[in-house]
Amino acid sequence: MNYEVIVELKPEVLDTQGRAIKDALQRLGHHDLKSVKVTKRFVLEIDGKEVDAEKLVQKLAEEHLANSVAETFLTKRL
Amino acid sequence: MTNTLKATQIGLVQFPGSNCDADCIDAFKRLFQIDLKLVWHEETALPAQLGGLILPGGFSYGDYLRSGALASISPIMQAVKTFAAKGGSVLGICNGFQVLTESHLLPGALLKNASRTFICEYAHLAVASGDSLYHRKLSRKTYKVPIAHGEGRYYIDSEGLKKLEAQGQVLFQYADPEGAHSAATNPNGAVANIAGIVSANGRILGMMPHPERASSELLGSADGRGILEAFIETVG
Repeated sequence: MNYEVIVELKPEVLDTQGRAIKDALQRLGHHDLKSVKVTKRFVLEIDGKEVDAEKLVQKLAEEHLANSVAETFLTKRL
Repeated sequence: MTNTLKATQIGLVQFPGSNCDADCIDAFKRLFQIDLKLVWHEETALPAQLGGLILPGGFSYGDYLRSGALASISPIMQAVKTFAAKGGSVLGICNGFQVLTESHLLPGALLKNASRTFICEYAHLAVASGDSLYHRKLSRKTYKVPIAHGEGRYYIDSEGLKKLEAQGQVLFQYADPEGAHSAATNPNGAVANIAGIVSANGRILGMMPHPERASSELLGSADGRGILEAFIETVG
């Protein structure tokens, strides 16, 4: 089973990469572009029962893939 | 002091990608005649009778996932956590500070510099108010110590910051040479200009600037010596 984990910075934390990309694209003349947010996407392949796999994905996301000080995450079965 | 220092056992953990380990080895040997005990990250135990431990700067595991994140789950880190829980002194410099926050041995996180650039320059560090041995020992107005990082922007939410300040855990703040700090003296966008903090028990210090690289007047500054001495004094 494959699971997706998306990690992103909390809204109150400055996303330097997103800001740099937005600024550069706006310089090209794309003035309707208001913001860019950069996220990380992890795809985890898990062997095992569905319920255990979901627990494991949740645990790995919470404890390792995201840093709860500055980031939030979403998980989804693919 | 020299005799006490000679008897002190201080370790240094080497991760794949550590690159300031040699600077630390040199500084402790040259300044204090201390031979650091080197510990490879794959080991699971620290040398016996260790009083203090250094997590050096560098790019452990290539900064994959997040700076310090993979090092924080290296085999040796369980022993480091046990050592710290028993009151052992730990000094995390630059990437070592990132490893300490990722290991939850210190609060907060180190994020990409607000300037989006890698910064390599001297910083002036003012000592904040607090009651730890570091606060008491570091009596100078400022310390001139280099920073060299791309991800050194200290971040903690406002509640966390209040707690740090109330408990006297902020140790260093980026300032001008006179010790005044403002947005203009903040190189990386760190919350409250924070360059270094200590744990609630005062024995774990994490700092982005490199005291080991400020250990010789010939190379621009010897102000790091006082900071390393304060670390050695916490070792007991």
